[in-house]
Amino acid sequence: MSNRKSIITYAQAINQALTQLMKRDKSVFIMGLGVDDPRRVFGSTANLSEEFGKKRVFEIPISENAITGVAIGASLCGMRPIMTHQRMDFMFYAFDQIMNHAAKWNYMSGGESPVNITIRTIVGRGWGQGAQHSQSLQSLFAHMPGLKVVMPATPYDAKGLLISSVMDGNPVIFIEHRSLYKRKGAVPERFYKIPLGKARLVRRGKDVTIVATSQMVSESIKAAGNLKKCGIDAEVIDLRTIKPLDKNKIFASIRKTGRLIVADTSWKNCGVSAEIAALAAEETFKYLKSPVARIALKDTPAPTSVELEKIFYPGWEDIVYAAKRMISGKKPKFSRRKKEVIDTEFKGPF
Amino acid sequence: MDKKLFRILNKYISTVDKKTSLSLFKNMLRIRMVEGKIAELYPEGKMRCPTHLYTGEEAVASGVCENLKPSDYVFSSYRSHGAYLAKGGSIKKLFAELYGKKTGCSRGKGGSMHIVSRQVNFMGTSALVGGVMPIAAGTALASDMKKDKRVSIVFFGDGACEEGIFQETLNFAALKKLPIIFICENNFYATYSHQLTRQARDNIYKRVAIYGIPGVRIDGNNVLEVFRTSKKLINEARRGRGPAFIECRTYRWLEHVGPYFDLEAGYRTKEEMDKWIDRCPLSSFGKVLLKKKMINPEAINSIKRSIEADLEKAVLFAEKSPFPGCSEIYEGVYNEQ
Repeated sequence: MSNRKSIITYAQAINQALTQLMKRDKSVFIMGLGVDDPRRVFGSTANLSEEFGKKRVFEIPISENAITGVAIGASLCGMRPIMTHQRMDFMFYAFDQIMNHAAKWNYMSGGESPVNITIRTIVGRGWGQGAQHSQSLQSLFAHMPGLKVVMPATPYDAKGLLISSVMDGNPVIFIEHRSLYKRKGAVPERFYKIPLGKARLVRRGKDVTIVATSQMVSESIKAAGNLKKCGIDAEVIDLRTIKPLDKNKIFASIRKTGRLIVADTSWKNCGVSAEIAALAAEETFKYLKSPVARIALKDTPAPTSVELEKIFYPGWEDIVYAAKRMISGKKPKFSRRKKEVIDTEFKGPF
Repeated sequence: MDKKLFRILNKYISTVDKKTSLSLFKNMLRIRMVEGKIAELYPEGKMRCPTHLYTGEEAVASGVCENLKPSDYVFSSYRSHGAYLAKGGSIKKLFAELYGKKTGCSRGKGGSMHIVSRQVNFMGTSALVGGVMPIAAGTALASDMKKDKRVSIVFFGDGACEEGIFQETLNFAALKKLPIIFICENNFYATYSHQLTRQARDNIYKRVAIYGIPGVRIDGNNVLEVFRTSKKLINEARRGRGPAFIECRTYRWLEHVGPYFDLEAGYRTKEEMDKWIDRCPLSSFGKVLLKKKMINPEAINSIKRSIEADLEKAVLFAEKSPFPGCSEIYEGVYNEQ
């Protein structure tokens, strides 16, 4: 295949990955609410049922738990099911099958029954989606041995990581972000994989390391641009996968910069940012010039009022503030007040 | 012995060929003796895992699995030794697993509640009530997609019918017309709680009709009835008729988990227990076979001796096998392909 690239959206990149996976491998099938409805999961499953038939792309009963079990069972027979949730919150219904079964099945069967399923799921942010339509649950899944947790931040990664996830041979929680769906980027037209467990160095810098996940990667890039104006050179690392975690890349960067900010889309309390801060303390303590800063959600459910959302969701402003404070050692004169928590063109409904 | 059960078995024995009858008997006897050996040795403390014995329920797994091909899939619950053995699982690997050895069917990572044998398509078990129901629907979905004519069987207890996943799975199986047979082993107790303290009606088999699934209730201690009923439904599922459901009424003789009788716990009566022991699926069927001269006492003894020899070998194998090594703790968390 050619090395041609096209500028496409995050949703289109996912669609391209799904199309190519289904073309190459008859064992791949897709099930989920919305995969064959008029909106096609925000466009990500467009044209699939037409091209591959309704036996391979189908709507499911609203039975998240059982359908996850169905995916597990099908994978035991060599199938590669891809299940889709339009919001991550719905996955709590399926925790029994994900946490008790998918994550442990191979282990408790002596290593001879791998579960090869990919669960696509979407985090919401802003537009008053509230406590049950916005949750970012990577920390819960990453807590569980046996699962892999993937969070693409760009169209290029969305395609390459999704292909890797489906071909991985393990249960993979593939976490997309609603705010990224319209973001555009250059994506090769060929079938390619991005290895799970390899973080991406987004921007080189020497003063402070910003480790970010999903939507917080673009906030971090924005923050780095702003910091540059004040003479602070930030290094930005996109984790890409929460599990396996590319610890070496994080440690190498800390050894260079001596400062760490972790920016995550989930809660601060017992979250991914806590894990990375703990690892930094365990493994790179002597290199740290200042305490680690964590930019993550406040310890509350997501509020719906736009003004409360601005307080609840962290953004590039919080990263800039943390970096300045870290380097100067005192409270910076910089307003963390946010204008908006979502792209201004986003007008809902969800 | 229960005269009614004897009479019914005596009447139906002519509908099943001799080879099948002997196979059913042998299978039930093997399960009974395996569980007996486990109960005998469990107090030694070398089988360090929660163990749920199948004693008294042998007719269900034996009767159903007699109809299966090696390629058919079977799932069961944490009370799964019967189904594992009836599907052809190795006695040696079962004992090694109970002893926590690396030669066990799950390499010492599963114990009694997670036994498996992919060689015979005994696909696995779950310690969560109802946990494998949708997974069995998943293997059935794969069979439907591949058109491989395999049937999936899932065994579960009366308690599982109270779980939400039960309804979810029934609906999906019916919606997709999957080749799956649900086998409810209704032994009336979830640990210490009687079915009627948990369920509004004693009508498990009727609850599937709302999805258009045929549901029947049968005597789970009558091995011929289990065999004949499941044969018909399995054959229909294989021909594409969709799922079916059998409620097998049976009884667990021993405590919920562990090797002992537990009448002293006080949650069930001696009268009830005696009634069900009178209805023993194994001895009632054995008596019919003897009466019909399909087998003689010497032949039974010879089968027993042969199983006893297998058990001795299995226990020795389990005792002598090594424990998993330190590094093995990490093996199998992920599939490394």
